[in-house]
Amino acid sequence: MASHSDKEKTLGDVLRSHGVSRRSFMKYCATTASMMAMSPAMIPMIAEALENAKKPSVIWLSFQECTGCTESLTRAGASTVENLIFDSISLDYHHTLQAASGHRAEEAKEEAMHENHGKYLLVVDGSIPMDNPGYSTIAGISNYDMLMEAAEGAAAIIAVGTCATYGGLPKASPNPTGAVSVSDLIKDKPIINVPGCPPIPVVITGVLTHFLTFGALPELDDLGRPKAFYGQSIHDRCYRRPFYDKGLFAETFDDEGAKAGWCLYKLGCRGPTTYNACATTKWNNGTSFPIESGHPCLGCSEPEFWDGGGFYKALSIPTADVGETVLYTAAGAAAAGVALGALNRATKGSANKAHEKVTLEDLEK
Amino acid sequence: MSTSGGNERIVVDPITRIEGHLRIEAEMDGNKIGSAYSSGTMVRGIETILKGRDPRDAWAFAQRICGVCTLVHGLASIRSVENALSYKVPKNADLIRNLMSGAQYIHDHVMHFYHLHALDWVDVVSALDADPKATSELAQSLSNYPRSSPGYFSDMKKKLKGFVEAGQLGIFAKAYWGHPAYKLPPEANLMAVSHYLDALEWQRDVARLHTIFGGKNPHPNFVVGGVPCAIDLNSDSAINAKKLAQVQEIINKMKVFVEQVYIPDTLAIAGFYKDWGSRGEGLGNFMTYGDFPSNGMEDPSGFMLPAGAILNRDLSKIHEVDMHAPDEIHEYVSHSWYDYEGGKDTGLHPYDGETTFNYTGPKPPYKHLDVDQAYSWLKSPRWKGHSMEVGPLARVLMLYATGHEQTKDLVGMTLSKLDVPVEALFSTLGRTAARTLETKIFADAMQGWFDDLVANIKAGDTKTFNEVLWEPSSWPKSAQGVGFMEAPRGGLAHWIVIEDETIKNYQAVVPSTWNAGPRDSKGQPGAYEAALEDNHELHDPEQPIEILRTIHSFDPCIACAVHVSDSDGNELINVKVK
Repeated sequence: MASHSDKEKTLGDVLRSHGVSRRSFMKYCATTASMMAMSPAMIPMIAEALENAKKPSVIWLSFQECTGCTESLTRAGASTVENLIFDSISLDYHHTLQAASGHRAEEAKEEAMHENHGKYLLVVDGSIPMDNPGYSTIAGISNYDMLMEAAEGAAAIIAVGTCATYGGLPKASPNPTGAVSVSDLIKDKPIINVPGCPPIPVVITGVLTHFLTFGALPELDDLGRPKAFYGQSIHDRCYRRPFYDKGLFAETFDDEGAKAGWCLYKLGCRGPTTYNACATTKWNNGTSFPIESGHPCLGCSEPEFWDGGGFYKALSIPTADVGETVLYTAAGAAAAGVALGALNRATKGSANKAHEKVTLEDLEK
Repeated sequence: MSTSGGNERIVVDPITRIEGHLRIEAEMDGNKIGSAYSSGTMVRGIETILKGRDPRDAWAFAQRICGVCTLVHGLASIRSVENALSYKVPKNADLIRNLMSGAQYIHDHVMHFYHLHALDWVDVVSALDADPKATSELAQSLSNYPRSSPGYFSDMKKKLKGFVEAGQLGIFAKAYWGHPAYKLPPEANLMAVSHYLDALEWQRDVARLHTIFGGKNPHPNFVVGGVPCAIDLNSDSAINAKKLAQVQEIINKMKVFVEQVYIPDTLAIAGFYKDWGSRGEGLGNFMTYGDFPSNGMEDPSGFMLPAGAILNRDLSKIHEVDMHAPDEIHEYVSHSWYDYEGGKDTGLHPYDGETTFNYTGPKPPYKHLDVDQAYSWLKSPRWKGHSMEVGPLARVLMLYATGHEQTKDLVGMTLSKLDVPVEALFSTLGRTAARTLETKIFADAMQGWFDDLVANIKAGDTKTFNEVLWEPSSWPKSAQGVGFMEAPRGGLAHWIVIEDETIKNYQAVVPSTWNAGPRDSKGQPGAYEAALEDNHELHDPEQPIEILRTIHSFDPCIACAVHVSDSDGNELINVKVK
């Protein structure tokens, strides 16, 4: 088997040798541009960047995790994982997908790190246990040592999933293993946080594509998240928002309100304090998202969401008790709902401008 | 058990193409594996995290035990709460849960076969030598799957060739390509590699069944007392005719892929590896918990999959399994990195389970584990003292032994097509074949559950949630229960103890703990260990593909297998390694 250093072709060469026509390649670039909400003027730039690139090396490390993030990666409709692997990245280490096991797998990682020092992209899912190096090892090496070694030569790090970005489930109280996030440990490398439990499939590949296309990090918010996907709250983009504004809420999972698609706020929905693309991009190629399928948002892309109180307890009753005031004061319902909505919008409008996180307290102001 | 004598020790860590962190150490006896040791090398402590929380929230935490077996821990969790509270769920909720769980089997088994297991049998590089026309003839001789033209395989070969020639092999680098243990002709390899890619596309599509009912995949949503999705044929925001039509279409696509691709490929590939029908059995003990209710979880007689235990291959006697009985299921920690208050060699029933981290393994970085001591984060579950295998082979044997006609037909067809004796079921090959065969059983059952759901809605029943016990104030002061199911990897159960509306204790005993656990206090090996010790000669210890074949035949899921609880509310002790 040829080693992967003997010949290096650019992506353009590879695509041509695959019989990919210029026309379908440009179509792919257009799709990427549209997905990233970029101007059509950017398409030739994307094409040029992609065509001239040797496939960048990507090393994917999995620590305290459940493999849900990798499963999510395989669900992405554009770019698909197979297109990424065959056409745009060289996925040189990935436990779940790679053919080689044992020391040959470790060799593949070491070679990739050596040959692409300073240039490879490091992807991490899972948290890192700090109380004892024996709490999580791979090839006899602690997660901490493996992360630090791989981070040293990385061009940038993408932390995928809430465990890698914020500590996630392992860090939930009482944090039995002393789990921490990637950004708790790495301070000298650019880190893109892609939270979610798991993140939306196309958000994972979308962030990868952005980095590969532009060779730079997307614009991030104050929690290190790409604004393209985490810039708006689920509540603000939710199709059930008009019911919230009107004060119409489902009280249980199959009452008339639930059937009619009323707001799930009273069932504990975290949409108002959760910044993610679920309501717009939706899940599994636009099929649905949790709220559309009747379950309140768990807030899974926010730090500390596991310890934010019971999932089915309403965040709080905003301003006044919407349920009491609005639902049972039939005559004033519409007016009160609209007023409440306007108030919230005003608060969040100013926060969005500065790309700051809106807290529940802001909502209640 | 001895590790002395200077025998060669082979270490495979990481075992890739699985879920999680698994290490295998094998002590060689000449070219053969003498003793094998299975070690789970990652712990999180999820059950400790669950304590003190609202039992209705537990499913979301428990579900994150695993994102590959996504949903199974969520479902086991809500069933544990419902069992503890005698909380009945509507008929529609059981049907939707069956559909979601069945979809998980089909999705997961196909992905396991093509994306995790296949590369043990399929040589990707050999596919470059295939003749596309001959590949097409081979494919068309096996099934009616439409993607079988010479042009299709020619394009696939071209794509693969371009990829390999570009010199960046990525996930395909450093594998054992060219190893003489690969027996498929180039055409079969090209066909299988093509289906590897097709299966990736297919799985994205059929995973949407979970999204329709549960809002997302991985990790769809559940709710104690029913399902979160409402049914209303007159609403654009509930399960309506359009969404039901989408579900029907997905079921059709599942059935087509299983029948036209997965089954023919399994049989075709197995035909070249019949020698794997005589190694890798190991225990000969099999267990199922039962699942897929037609009349609620309280009525096991309505389960599609029956419960029971089989000992020493004796299919004529099915032993009853009682998950509540204090003297049946026990977990041991003699070789696990935990302590028990009553001593390391005692066994505890999950209701009384206790676990305290005590990492006594070598300080990382390390070369070898000390297998005379504790060597895994997995415990060793035992049924009446026996090591048991759970999973597809256990289920197929249980269905076969209890006279399930479709299973008998499928097993008979497989044995006769491969021309192997019935004993070949008890092997690495049998385990992999059983996974394929049960997928066909589920693909057919999906249509039945869907038809029942539609009939129920047609009859005017749209109830999906029972709110009667939703408020914790309606619960007894204390309650305990077990939520069990058959997950794709085998029997799964969560035991919960509720007190004052919160979780007092939570314990999961999962399929990969049964299969991948270490030795117990008597030195009895777990299923992986026993299987590797069954007739495994390594052609080249530097390239131990034989180990991968048998381990992958179990479809390991190690995040699932490692779990901790502490029933006494004691502080967990973290022993620092010097």
